[in-house]
Amino acid sequence: MFTPLLLAHYTATSCLGSGLGATLAALRANRSGLARCQFEDVTLPTCCGAVAGLDRVALPAALARFDCRNHRLALHGLQQDGFLDAVAAARQRYGAQRIGVFLGTSTSGILETEHVYRQRGADGALPAGFDYASTHSLYALAEFVRRLCALGGPAAVVSTACSSSAKVYASAARLIHAGVIDAAIVGGVDSLCLTTLYGFNSLELLAEAPCRPFDRGRDGISIGEAAAFALLERATATDATAVLLCGVGESSDAHHMSSPHPQGLGAQQAMQAALASAGCTPAEVDYINLHGTATPSNDEAEARAVRALFGSALPPASSTKGATGHTLGAAGALEAVICALALREGLVPASTGTRAADPALGLQPPLAPFAAPLRRVLSNSFGFGGTNASLLFARAGDCAS
Amino acid sequence: MSTLQATLLGVGAVGPGFADWNTLRALLRGDAEYRPVPCVAPVPNALPAAERRRTGKATRLALAAGFAAVADAAADAATLATVFASSGGDGDNCHAICEALAGSDRLISPTRFHNSVNNAASGYWGIASGAMAPSTMIAAFDGSFAAGLLEAGGLLASGLPQVLLIAYEAAYPAPLHATRLLSGDCALACLLATDAAGPRLRLELCEEAPTVLAQPSLEALRRGIPAARGLTLLQAVAQAQAQRVVLDYIDGLQLAVEVQP
Repeated sequence: MFTPLLLAHYTATSCLGSGLGATLAALRANRSGLARCQFEDVTLPTCCGAVAGLDRVALPAALARFDCRNHRLALHGLQQDGFLDAVAAARQRYGAQRIGVFLGTSTSGILETEHVYRQRGADGALPAGFDYASTHSLYALAEFVRRLCALGGPAAVVSTACSSSAKVYASAARLIHAGVIDAAIVGGVDSLCLTTLYGFNSLELLAEAPCRPFDRGRDGISIGEAAAFALLERATATDATAVLLCGVGESSDAHHMSSPHPQGLGAQQAMQAALASAGCTPAEVDYINLHGTATPSNDEAEARAVRALFGSALPPASSTKGATGHTLGAAGALEAVICALALREGLVPASTGTRAADPALGLQPPLAPFAAPLRRVLSNSFGFGGTNASLLFARAGDCAS
Repeated sequence: MSTLQATLLGVGAVGPGFADWNTLRALLRGDAEYRPVPCVAPVPNALPAAERRRTGKATRLALAAGFAAVADAAADAATLATVFASSGGDGDNCHAICEALAGSDRLISPTRFHNSVNNAASGYWGIASGAMAPSTMIAAFDGSFAAGLLEAGGLLASGLPQVLLIAYEAAYPAPLHATRLLSGDCALACLLATDAAGPRLRLELCEEAPTVLAQPSLEALRRGIPAARGLTLLQAVAQAQAQRVVLDYIDGLQLAVEVQP
């Protein structure tokens, strides 16, 4: 059994806005943050979920070497909702060595490398001053956050494509359960770059209009960027409305590098494992935040998996990627925070962007948000390479144990 | 802090001057002289031909070491959870993508793109092994081996009976090479279990100085490739003596391993 852990504090920044207030307002209004892609000089006919104002974010002087879009987004995200103050208080409570940092990203600061490849000298060399280790290197994100927060506990970056920042919840939870640490910053940061825009374009997976998850006319993803974090601790004497992580499930498709298992077997295993770890039945889940990227095959595989597991006990299920875009390595953490907001507010988010649900999928994602008393919610995150993670969250008063 | 524990069931190794664990074990015992010749990444025959052709050097190294560790323990790869530990992804692939993106048409191939995910080795491992168990890719720069070992320890503590750790790294091509200097290619794999006969490992975070290898050319290898930071642990296993080995992890924090043969 998975001993529930408390999301003592959490925050999210995406194209919906900076912090929980803006995110919640957009979810309540069924507003999408997607807009025609105007990132750098990109001319691809697609929409993006860009975070405004990152050009003006300045890193602390002592951490200047970490400067890149991904770390600006990380800093901007950490500065919302008093998150840094909550971490500082936890540092006082537990000690810097007892707090870990486990973050997910898929492309880290690769945009810096993309830029310097346009500035190569006659000998092919990259310009002097390019700091790979502090920008593009995967671990740079965790190192930046660990230094910014003056923490001394274990740290690592998980990079499993679009499940990255869901899986960090599981990694950190295991070390808290084992007594290695008392708390951890978990989360994910991924920022716009050419690799993902032109990469998904090469696979013909970019939608031209804002993406429409589970819609009969869905035709691909919209890429977004986000930074989302939670402070995970043991759940001792919390109030009944606090949000707990009460189950995790991970699996592999063992099928294909860029296509999901057609029956959604891996996805089903991940959801099943999350429920089993919490000692929870499908009928006890009140909402599913689907991975729902809006590609024809991803949504079909996920729908099959959800139908197979939940059958007639299927709760409301929506993808919020039509609102936020697919934030890739940050998606798991962003949608974890959306689930926490859903629980806290008793709000079922809409499947923003969906106009007419594809009848072949057998899901009826809500086309408008609605109020409902939610006790347990499940969040799905799946990625290239056949990686799957599902997280189960609950209000403290409703957690099985 | 509390400690994490594991039993080492099997080892796989591919690197400069060694193509298997037996050769590396003899080198680490001092039974043979180390000659660091560049390593050849074996062709992953467990993959279907189409996938095999698409694999890069880093993935090939990881799969070779992983399957060797499974064979060493006579285990079943299809049942195993895996932890892939590396400081980065496939440098050759990243270079090709960044070159294309710096060009006028910015066309990159679909294969290049799906190989750009840092869990590419994990994905190919799944196809090759059929394992649907959890698999992750974890990075902590030069401390990635220790980060992977800590992750594996956490998975075992959570109740998984066996976890395969595969630390792997392939050198970056120019011009990235100048900004991320890796001296060569190497993959080390350890099949770990909660409860079994074999060398016992107890993991504990510490602030002690990392253990080094006495033999200068082997120490150069250890320092030159993040995956090779695990060589000190494997030396303790090779020597079959109770030892405390401190692995490089992150700034101000190391991972100590008490090895009990």
